[in-house]
Amino acid sequence: MTTQEVILHPASVVAELKKNKISHVVWLPDSETNFMYQLLTNEPDLDLVPVCREGETMAIAAGLWVGGKRPIVLIQNTGIFEAGDSIRGLGLDVNQPLVMLVGYRGWSRHGLTTDSAARFIEHILHAWGISYYLIETDDDAGRISLAIEEAERTAKPVAVLVGTEFGS
Amino acid sequence: MIDNADAVRLLDSKRNGAVFVATMNANNVGFGLPSLTTNESLDFPISGAMSKASNVALGLALAQPDRKVLCLDGDGSLLMNLGALVTISNKKPKNLVHVLFNNKVYAVTGGQPIPGSEDVDWEGMARSAGYAKVFHFDNLEDMTNGIDEALTCEGPVFVHLMVEPQIENTPVQFRERAKRTVHTAIKELPGVLGVK
Repeated sequence: MTTQEVILHPASVVAELKKNKISHVVWLPDSETNFMYQLLTNEPDLDLVPVCREGETMAIAAGLWVGGKRPIVLIQNTGIFEAGDSIRGLGLDVNQPLVMLVGYRGWSRHGLTTDSAARFIEHILHAWGISYYLIETDDDAGRISLAIEEAERTAKPVAVLVGTEFGS
Repeated sequence: MIDNADAVRLLDSKRNGAVFVATMNANNVGFGLPSLTTNESLDFPISGAMSKASNVALGLALAQPDRKVLCLDGDGSLLMNLGALVTISNKKPKNLVHVLFNNKVYAVTGGQPIPGSEDVDWEGMARSAGYAKVFHFDNLEDMTNGIDEALTCEGPVFVHLMVEPQIENTPVQFRERAKRTVHTAIKELPGVLGVK
């Protein structure tokens, strides 16, 4: 029996972003994405746009999109709650094909999920009619491409829930 | 104090191909950009997600670094999203001019005063957030004389305008709607900007 790799490496995510010609990562970092930050800062093909509050990300992405770029948003699930009006007004209402990579704080396949940030997030996405994918390992990273394809085909925001901390 | 329409008209006369990302007072259909613009194809009205026009303008400025982008913002809106000052200055968009229409009230909801309307130091906040240049105009003559410098220096630039409050009490659903909406702009602007 072999040991299966169950870590999600930032390089796998970045490779997906580059494959899809993503131009900008609009984001507010959290502890789960520190390794991602280190990698992104050394990636010349991706321009990082850090924000002070998550609701800014969808609006900045809207401007980038109208200006001809291909942005992606990277925030934590807690930020989705904060950003509701931006997702509504500058995501859903204007048909922005935006992929939101969302850190799934509190998510676990084992035992009780006690963190309300994890317990509520899928319900919120369902309520808004936002389709989403779950990624937990490198094998799942290809779902980012699926999300990008779906966002562009449906002209709607699509979420990718990052259900594990990034490995180094 | 500057008349809102005079301020918009003056900015529009100097736009020279700039995109205007407008919200609230500056985007009022009765006395704002929709009734005064001379180049509607470059107007980007933001009607959803109050306070986020400055963020949209930042995104557009980063995407189109060779084109000037003006955000016509409101004081109530900016208070709702103060962190945007730092978000914008952190990216140092040389082509972005952030124009604040300060009427000290929530004009579209009946004229209630915004918090700290008499005390907030807008220029000080923009300066300490890191804007490259900060301007203040409280009368049309000074604005007329000084706006060229504000629009030509390297950004991000913050322009603080003291404007007369023009209060609306008509419920939103009964107000006249602007012909050009955020949806129209999003559909048409990429073509106007030459985006493939």
